[in-house]
Amino acid sequence: MTALTLTNVNKSFGTVEVLKDINIEVDEGEFVVFVGPSGCGKSTLLRVIAGLEDVTSGEVRIGGELMNLTPPSKRGIAMVFQSYALYPHLNVRKNMSLALKQEGQSKQVIQERVAKASKMLNLEPYIDRFPSELSGGQRQRVAIGRAIVREPKLFLFDEPLSNLDAALRMNTRLEIANLHQQLDASMIYVTHDQTEAMTLADKIVVLRDGRVEQVGSPMDLYNNPANQFVAGFLGAPSMNFFPASMIGEGANITTGIRPEDLFLSDDGPVTANVTHVEHLGGDTNVIAMMQDHQITARLFGQHQVDAGQAIRFGYSPSRLYRFDPQGTRLE
Amino acid sequence: MNKARSNPLNTAAMHGALILYTLIALFPVFVIIINSFKTRRAIFREPLALPDAESFSLIGYQTVMKQGDFFLYFQNSLIVTVVSLAFVLLFGAMAAYALSEYKFKGNTLMGLYLALGIMIPIRIGTVAILEMMVATGLVNTLWALIFVYTAQGLPLAVFILSEFMRQVSDDLKNAGRVDGLSEYTIFFRLVLPLVRPAMATVAVFNMIPIWNDLWFPLILAPAEETKTLTLGSQVFIGQFVTDWNAVLSALSMAILPVLVLYVIFSRQLIRGITSGAVK
Repeated sequence: MTALTLTNVNKSFGTVEVLKDINIEVDEGEFVVFVGPSGCGKSTLLRVIAGLEDVTSGEVRIGGELMNLTPPSKRGIAMVFQSYALYPHLNVRKNMSLALKQEGQSKQVIQERVAKASKMLNLEPYIDRFPSELSGGQRQRVAIGRAIVREPKLFLFDEPLSNLDAALRMNTRLEIANLHQQLDASMIYVTHDQTEAMTLADKIVVLRDGRVEQVGSPMDLYNNPANQFVAGFLGAPSMNFFPASMIGEGANITTGIRPEDLFLSDDGPVTANVTHVEHLGGDTNVIAMMQDHQITARLFGQHQVDAGQAIRFGYSPSRLYRFDPQGTRLE
Repeated sequence: MNKARSNPLNTAAMHGALILYTLIALFPVFVIIINSFKTRRAIFREPLALPDAESFSLIGYQTVMKQGDFFLYFQNSLIVTVVSLAFVLLFGAMAAYALSEYKFKGNTLMGLYLALGIMIPIRIGTVAILEMMVATGLVNTLWALIFVYTAQGLPLAVFILSEFMRQVSDDLKNAGRVDGLSEYTIFFRLVLPLVRPAMATVAVFNMIPIWNDLWFPLILAPAEETKTLTLGSQVFIGQFVTDWNAVLSALSMAILPVLVLYVIFSRQLIRGITSGAVK
């Protein structure tokens, strides 16, 4: 059973094509992350699924039913927004129960579901407060609670962590992962942050310029990127790219290697001048210039490397990725 | 705090300028009020003197009260102003929401068309308006005035409000849609409360010209039972003799309701004008 099926979805605003021929399937209970740089159409895609935008052509099916013309509230979805979008004139309890009231649920059902959700999200102490009296993290939890109480077929998250600070972001990320396990619901999550994508997803959809570049599990995409864009987008620090001729691998090809696959080696084939060193304690990131190409090496543990010094790196040839001039990966 | 603001000399200069402006702005009001409490002779002998035991007189107010219909005029003015304002705010906000929220063919054109009213004074169309009112039998009714003032206020209202409504977060409106709220509920319950400062600004900008207007009451509703306060006060101004005591007293009383309404709106007004300017 599929929770969501998109078939040949196109969306244009006037003459600008924002989504081009999107085909995606989301299975029941699956956590799917749409990831891509800003302006790639991922938020528009989410709004199309929610019904906040109409498709120009193609089909949107939720739980097997065609939903192209169904209004958002009848699609069996719930959405969490980046800016929380809590109703400023309602307290936490009313924020969460409003949608249920609109659906015409009985008072008892509403009370039960709100109590359950607020317990799950530790919102009980704040239940009678107004949004303006809550911190950013609490507001985001209320927004998530507002989605949970509806018990939707599909959860939609639109960059829910972007407005939180780094420490809170990590906690909330874990909470969302827990929530997915507890609720066992299908979730779609939009982000531009590849760490969130890698840590949360069962399946990642990488988008660029309104097209799907690749779909797969996080490790699948990390180890077997279909093209140079996906290879460069996933992983932090991102993959190093340089012409293959620089390491004697043939002309007209771009080679890529992940920063963690480079290691210090006195007779290694890669020679470079160190420009900057980041000591992170657990890791040491060495940024160096290989002629006029900047490369980053992620060395495990602590290393004494100074800026300005010449350095040689080795790598295992099986770790090398090759791309043709169009960016497609060569086996 | 920036340097220019904390400098005492600058602060003094700033306050000096503001105080001077306040004095200039309040002076005519002050003169009207003090002279409304004086005898006719005292008004002309020393217009700027405060009323004292000798010159104090309530004759102006007595004349106005004896005129009898003064309260009717007052009531007419209040009805026209409040109803017109309500219409301007309601329809202006609705039009502004449609223009800022929905994409439809001719959206920009419609916005421009509505904005045209800001540039073209409605009085140019007086003759046509009068013909229209005669044809519809609305002459000498308060509705004639209410319709004209609503039309007069809408362009600026739409212009200001649509600008503010664009700033209301899309996420909030979309959250309402996902939760199953109707577009009307989203408009009245979510959007309107957030643009309240802008509404107050529009209300104040429209209130005073409507209250003070002499032109349209004179042309469209000069009948005794539909006279507004401004028009009613004119009976004391004759071609040869003007009852200054009565005119000044009537004006003093006419100032009051505007003052009350302004105090109601002023907090929101200040927030509306300075939002965006101070960040």
